[in-house]
Amino acid sequence: MSTPYLEFLRAELAPGLMEGLWVSLVVIAPSALLGALIGVTAGVLRVYGPKPVRKLTEIYVSLFRGTPLVVQVFFWYFALPYIKIGGWSLVLDPIEAAILSFGLCSGAYQSEYIRGGLNSIKRGQIRAALALGMTTRQAVLNIVLPQAFRRALPGCGNEVIYLIKYSSLASIITVNELTGTATTIAKNTWRNIEVFCTLGVYYLVLVTLAGWLLRLLEDAMSVPGFERPRA
Amino acid sequence: MSDLRENAPAVPILEARNLIKILGGNRVLDSVNMEIGRGRVKVLIGPSGAGKSTLLQCLNFLMPPDSGHILLEGREVNGKNRKELCALRQQVGMIFQDFNLFDHLSALENVRVALMKVKGMSKLDATERAIAELGRVGLKDKAALYPANLSGGQKQRVAIARALAMDPKVMLLDEPTSALDPELIGEVLAVIRDLAQGGMTMIMATHQISFSASLADEFMFMEKGRVVEQGSPAELLGRGSASRTQAFCAKISELTGEAGDGKSGGECRL
Repeated sequence: MSTPYLEFLRAELAPGLMEGLWVSLVVIAPSALLGALIGVTAGVLRVYGPKPVRKLTEIYVSLFRGTPLVVQVFFWYFALPYIKIGGWSLVLDPIEAAILSFGLCSGAYQSEYIRGGLNSIKRGQIRAALALGMTTRQAVLNIVLPQAFRRALPGCGNEVIYLIKYSSLASIITVNELTGTATTIAKNTWRNIEVFCTLGVYYLVLVTLAGWLLRLLEDAMSVPGFERPRA
Repeated sequence: MSDLRENAPAVPILEARNLIKILGGNRVLDSVNMEIGRGRVKVLIGPSGAGKSTLLQCLNFLMPPDSGHILLEGREVNGKNRKELCALRQQVGMIFQDFNLFDHLSALENVRVALMKVKGMSKLDATERAIAELGRVGLKDKAALYPANLSGGQKQRVAIARALAMDPKVMLLDEPTSALDPELIGEVLAVIRDLAQGGMTMIMATHQISFSASLADEFMFMEKGRVVEQGSPAELLGRGSASRTQAFCAKISELTGEAGDGKSGGECRL
């Protein structure tokens, strides 16, 4: 006879998933930061960079948006160690490979939102900044980017939500995050329905919390003219 | 002796020589020469497409001219040198038709940001200066408001305060009241009048003929990228004048009803 669900949850499932949750957060948080950093940099360079740099960032975006994330994860984990440069090669542990894949992929999408935000800002803003004696760089950093970022924030936030969900892919390169842990528990107990439904609830809670944090951030950055669109 | 000194030609503050700008195959500026002395007010008039706005934007290289020279206090500015360019722009304030206030910054921050980023002033000093400049345009009490919550006239006055805070030697005003509702024009014109009376050197493109006639030392009439005629408002608009300026002004006065006081020829004639 198997134990009732609540007993199973308390004794086995919840402690296991709690460990997995930490690992998930260790993957998600740096990936999200890396993604945001790459996204803002690539987005700005795509709009204001010199032509060759613009081309380069475009290639980056089409490469990382145009190939399945699983393929990218496999590449960084399984293929990268075989690339030898001067006898050296880079071997990433599973968590590092996951963070790199997710950060790079997320950054490609983030840069699209940032680019859209930058392009939505009227030319007059940068002209006024230049007319006051700012350099193009000062004008972009102090005037255009803060506005573009506010415009891009809802999209960027969505991307973080996606990131939380696709972090589950780390399990296929042996990272014991939420999904990896859940798979192991399911294999050992055969209580697939309970395990995977509970796993779903964990992601749902994570995503809800993230959405709430993002709304706080949007509100904190909100100024008249750049309010969060109300539903 | 003193007479001689007064009549000695002073170096113009800002001078343009042989400016040529070609846009889409058209000569938007066709060998334009212009100069303005300290404390003078020059008003650019002419039909739209005449090149007034292009000329103003070439003067601070917001739109780099295709050829020609810009001289600030007698020294040629190299528009390709970033340092020289930023230095020129700090000394030449610009007011735009559509204000271009920084939308994400409060009125105070709009005035303060360049003081801190360009002039390297401390936040405290920059804030003090910004409040003083907002006071000068009568908007001290609106310092905390964002552009979205300011009227058009208030936005343009903040823009003027923002430019003034940089201590410019010349101000370029590109149709500063054209985007304003009629009832808001007056407050902006009042600020501009104060500036002129305070001795600020200004070059202004405008269709406010009667206002600028009372203010300008010189009218410059442009058409099709060329300077057609220049002179004092009295010379160009005076009774019996057969100038192109006169004809143009009479036409726009008719259109805008500026001549509503019954005098023939309207306010346009002096």
